[in-house]
Amino acid sequence: MALTLVFAEAEADELSQQAGVFAAGLGHDLQAIAFDPSETYAPAAWAQTLVGLAQERGATAVVGPGTDRGNEVLAHVAAKLDQPMAANCTSVTAGDPVTVVRTRWGGSLLEEARVHGAPLLLTAAPHAVAAAPFAEVEIVTVTDAAGELDRVVRVVERIPASTAGVSLADADVVVSGGRGVGSAEGFSVIEELAALLGGAVGCSRAVTSAGWRPHTDQVGQTGTKISPEIYIACGISGATQHMAGCKGAKRLLAINPDGEASIFASADYAVIGDLHAVVPAISAEIRKVRST
Amino acid sequence: MNILVCVKRVPLTGGKITLTEDEQAIQTRHLGFTVSPHEECAAEEAIRLIEQHGGESVVLTLGPPEAEEQLRDMMAIGIDRAIHLVSDGGEWDPQATAAAIVAAIEADGTAFDLLLFGNESADAGNYQVAVRVAQALRRPCVTGIKAITADGDSLRCEQEVAGGRDVYAVPTPAVVTVKEGINLPRYPSVPGRMRAKRKPLSASEPTRADARLEMVRLVLPPGSSKQAEVLGHGPEAAPRVVEILQEIGVV
Repeated sequence: MALTLVFAEAEADELSQQAGVFAAGLGHDLQAIAFDPSETYAPAAWAQTLVGLAQERGATAVVGPGTDRGNEVLAHVAAKLDQPMAANCTSVTAGDPVTVVRTRWGGSLLEEARVHGAPLLLTAAPHAVAAAPFAEVEIVTVTDAAGELDRVVRVVERIPASTAGVSLADADVVVSGGRGVGSAEGFSVIEELAALLGGAVGCSRAVTSAGWRPHTDQVGQTGTKISPEIYIACGISGATQHMAGCKGAKRLLAINPDGEASIFASADYAVIGDLHAVVPAISAEIRKVRST
Repeated sequence: MNILVCVKRVPLTGGKITLTEDEQAIQTRHLGFTVSPHEECAAEEAIRLIEQHGGESVVLTLGPPEAEEQLRDMMAIGIDRAIHLVSDGGEWDPQATAAAIVAAIEADGTAFDLLLFGNESADAGNYQVAVRVAQALRRPCVTGIKAITADGDSLRCEQEVAGGRDVYAVPTPAVVTVKEGINLPRYPSVPGRMRAKRKPLSASEPTRADARLEMVRLVLPPGSSKQAEVLGHGPEAAPRVVEILQEIGVV
């Protein structure tokens, strides 16, 4: 029977398990491959190792998670084999050629595409399917076939996140401000609410362009993508570039004076009003609830 | 230090995407165009590195004749010259795109120490053109970088990961893709815009190979207009908001 190799970032990694469920749609035998935790990340060397395994076993497909590392490793596999690779697929239909649906614009748009290549190389868009544990994960180390050029790029140091404050990417609550905040000083109400909720402050591109917040605070498709329990977007209109960055949020509360703002189309909860009045009222209410 | 920055002309999509009737493209009749935000950052990074270390910065795009506008924009903020691979505006798949870029780099003949890209194109999001270019030219490649420091013949590159930052030491010549947030791109000045008009631009028309990742049609995702629950108007909504926050368990 045909074989699909699934590249797993780690044995129990949720997005890699989703890639496994996604790959099962091809109807092949599945073999999950993860690198030994003692191996520092080395994208090209990992790809060369996967290429070796795929060739040795005659794999008809190699699938990875649509994460930074999944896409990077699969891109190296594709370049090494000179085969096409479809990134961030939400579904796959076997056939000749195989067809996929994949995301564009950070998920704001979908594309149906034909993949003319073998082995089939895909990554699975995050959260397109629910995760399920792998039957078995084969743990591998970097193969000797990885040459000097493959090995030269590897992680040489890990700088831990500062313990002061919560990082935007890891926060359970993100309170963000957009153009509607109006000024750098206007962010004090956003900061206050974020602090009360133990969350991080984010912002839109308009805000960093205006110089009101550092660019490291920016949430967006090509910047920091976030996945909090709740995203509170204040005075943000909802440009696709921004929305692609907060798609991972479990819930979205939008506060905007314009009831027609496009952000409400993506929101779970809406408050129609001026953030300068609404946000301090929420902070006051939280204090009131906590003091009783 | 010589640096090539690769950018792509994409529509400014605003809040809502609509498609052309044949479902082959985004309806851009009422839209402006730009380079992807993180590619602006790539150009800014190139300019800063050259301000520090000297050398030449070059911008390259594969795109329709109108993409000259984006090349001039990049030269207006300080890029020295441009290479325009003029396309018919149709879709080039990642392999064809990478092959055209590799051919253009070889034809240009400059010994680039660094090739900078956005981590992915804002529109197609294939996450692979830079890696393919790097593999074809046999250069090391790091992706998704948020800080670059040049140190002799090596680049210290930092990548944001869960729980911190991973650091790579990459020997040059190298290929690096960046994410937005690596810097804050400068705005073009009026004299900068004037100078950009006179900076050298070389144009050629590469031949497009058959797509091996072949786009059939574009589809708007379902459920992209969900109905938000209106919790209220103005500050009177606060108690209801806090109830929701309590339900979620963050208060």
